[in-house]
Amino acid sequence: MTGRRAVIGVPYAWLLVFFLLPFLVVARISISEMQGATIIFGPRFDNYLLLVQDDLYLRTYLSSLKYAAVTTLLCLLIGYPFAYFMARARASLQPALLMLVMLPFWTSFLLRVYAWKSLLTEQGLLANAIEAIGLDQTLTALGLIPGPGQLMNTPFSLVLGMTYTYLPFMILPLYSNLAKMDLRLLEAAADLGASAWTAFWRVTVPLSRAGIVAGTMLVFIPCVGEYVIPELLGGPQTQMIGRTLWDEFFSNNDWPMACAVAVTMVLLVIVPVAVFGRYQAEANEGRTA
Amino acid sequence: MSAEAFLRISNLVKDFDGHRAVDSVSIDIAQGEVFALLGPSGCGKTTLLRMLAGFETPTSGTITLAGRDLAGLPPYSRPMNMMFQSYALFPHLSAFDNVAFGLRRDRLPKAEVTARVEAMLKLVQLGAFAKRKPHQLSGGQQQRVALARCLAKKPQLLLLDEPLGALDRKLREETQIELANIVHDVGVTCVMVTHDQEEAMTMASRIAVMSEGRFLQVGAPAEIYDTPASRFVADFIGNVNLMQGTVAEAGADQTAVDCGDVRHRIGRAVAVTTGATVTVALRPEKIRIAHETAAVGSVNSARGVIKDMAYFGSFTVYHLRLDSGRVLKISQSNSERQAGPALTWDDPVTATWSDTAQVVLTQ
Repeated sequence: MTGRRAVIGVPYAWLLVFFLLPFLVVARISISEMQGATIIFGPRFDNYLLLVQDDLYLRTYLSSLKYAAVTTLLCLLIGYPFAYFMARARASLQPALLMLVMLPFWTSFLLRVYAWKSLLTEQGLLANAIEAIGLDQTLTALGLIPGPGQLMNTPFSLVLGMTYTYLPFMILPLYSNLAKMDLRLLEAAADLGASAWTAFWRVTVPLSRAGIVAGTMLVFIPCVGEYVIPELLGGPQTQMIGRTLWDEFFSNNDWPMACAVAVTMVLLVIVPVAVFGRYQAEANEGRTA
Repeated sequence: MSAEAFLRISNLVKDFDGHRAVDSVSIDIAQGEVFALLGPSGCGKTTLLRMLAGFETPTSGTITLAGRDLAGLPPYSRPMNMMFQSYALFPHLSAFDNVAFGLRRDRLPKAEVTARVEAMLKLVQLGAFAKRKPHQLSGGQQQRVALARCLAKKPQLLLLDEPLGALDRKLREETQIELANIVHDVGVTCVMVTHDQEEAMTMASRIAVMSEGRFLQVGAPAEIYDTPASRFVADFIGNVNLMQGTVAEAGADQTAVDCGDVRHRIGRAVAVTTGATVTVALRPEKIRIAHETAAVGSVNSARGVIKDMAYFGSFTVYHLRLDSGRVLKISQSNSERQAGPALTWDDPVTATWSDTAQVVLTQ
């Protein structure tokens, strides 16, 4: 009994000390005031008022949500078929395929993002290839880059970088879900008159919902607050909340404002996730038993 | 081969990586028949069923249903439905939606789907459970949802893969008869796979005993039980005493086989020659035993000592050790309460059987 408590207690203590307490400190600063170099506790809610009044913040939040949503969607569209065929591949091949998905983690994330910079920069390997096949014309027409030959520091490079970075986080939960599926259910669907396509939409997709939800959360949540990728691959057009936070902290030195931005971001992500998680738990009750 | 065969399987062969799972099987099945494929695991019965459903492609041979060759037809276009082993119900759909799944694939009008699903759930007595998900149903209820699901599309042919295999014994006995009644009432032609001879016997009008990809014997349950064609069939179906011996007499209305300390007299002609080595099969319940002192007036008898006995309520099984050490299995129905002096361990007894009880097997 005490052993079990320790096993559960240690991570909770960890989260309490290194997440909840700092968060409360941040929340406290967010309702404080900066006087010179000192922080005076209010409580005052000017910062939150400003968040609502100044549409810069609102636009940045919306833009963060938009890029995170687009990235999540792309990860899902690329990751689902990938995870599907991985789960249906020969059993002897699956560990190797899984290894390949995780291989990028062996290199520093920062290095990999810098590598994208050099690939996409003018005369970069990928930039040349994209221009050679005329893809940059299409991207310009779609408004993803300002003009042909300008791939870096655009919504295009930002979403590309985020999709690349977060794809494994979509693939892994989907794979573990799809690999568990009882394939006789697809035979049953075929027997009852469903084509492979119908069986996929009516049986495979609904049954993999837990994997889709897990992957979506794992990609969407960190994407909303992403700072490094927008900083390195994004441009002036792609203002995201992570960069605003940085600016408030280190350029404006306005800690209370920065903290208000941070608290709002956490709430914006946590509330819908919690509501969705609750609904999901109810829908799934006893399902997998 | 009869002309009116509804389902005709001709020279069907299936090879898996050099292993022959189904070995040139041919059979005609009439409309309305319930046909059971019975055999131990790995005998090819499931492969045969999966070829009917379209999940496996035959290496050679043909399957014709109502005069139409099924070759190349994918599972979803075949006019047959299968009840899977342990059911394969869709866990994310309610009982209603499970049953409706096939009907919706046919794009039937909504009202018709609802009417048909409700009728099907009523047929299997699950009308009140329509909204339940499979995990909220008991094993027996899941089995009935699975049956309703594969009957909903009114298939020309119903395929059952170990339909009762996932149920416990008590439930199996009840469900067996219920399932047989529903299949009979619906009147659908049915091919079922089972390794359980009791299941095959209660449900099927004809049974094919399979081993190593081949049909060893095809016939009505009673025919297979009472006149097995080979040692394997005699041994696989029910309990049997198999005794090897030499034909001592092969007359026109009398046959005798010497099996060591037992001499079998058989009151009919058997197609064997004197001196041939044969096996005599004798069912345990066709033997009577009594204390040695009791009067004996039978043509066939053997003396021995009761080595083992097991009381099953409605019947008792005795293991009788003969003088030679051979053990004879005997089953006595307990039709009367404590009839006569009770038999017990180490009692010297005499076993008797009539001259119509045995079957002489040459293979």
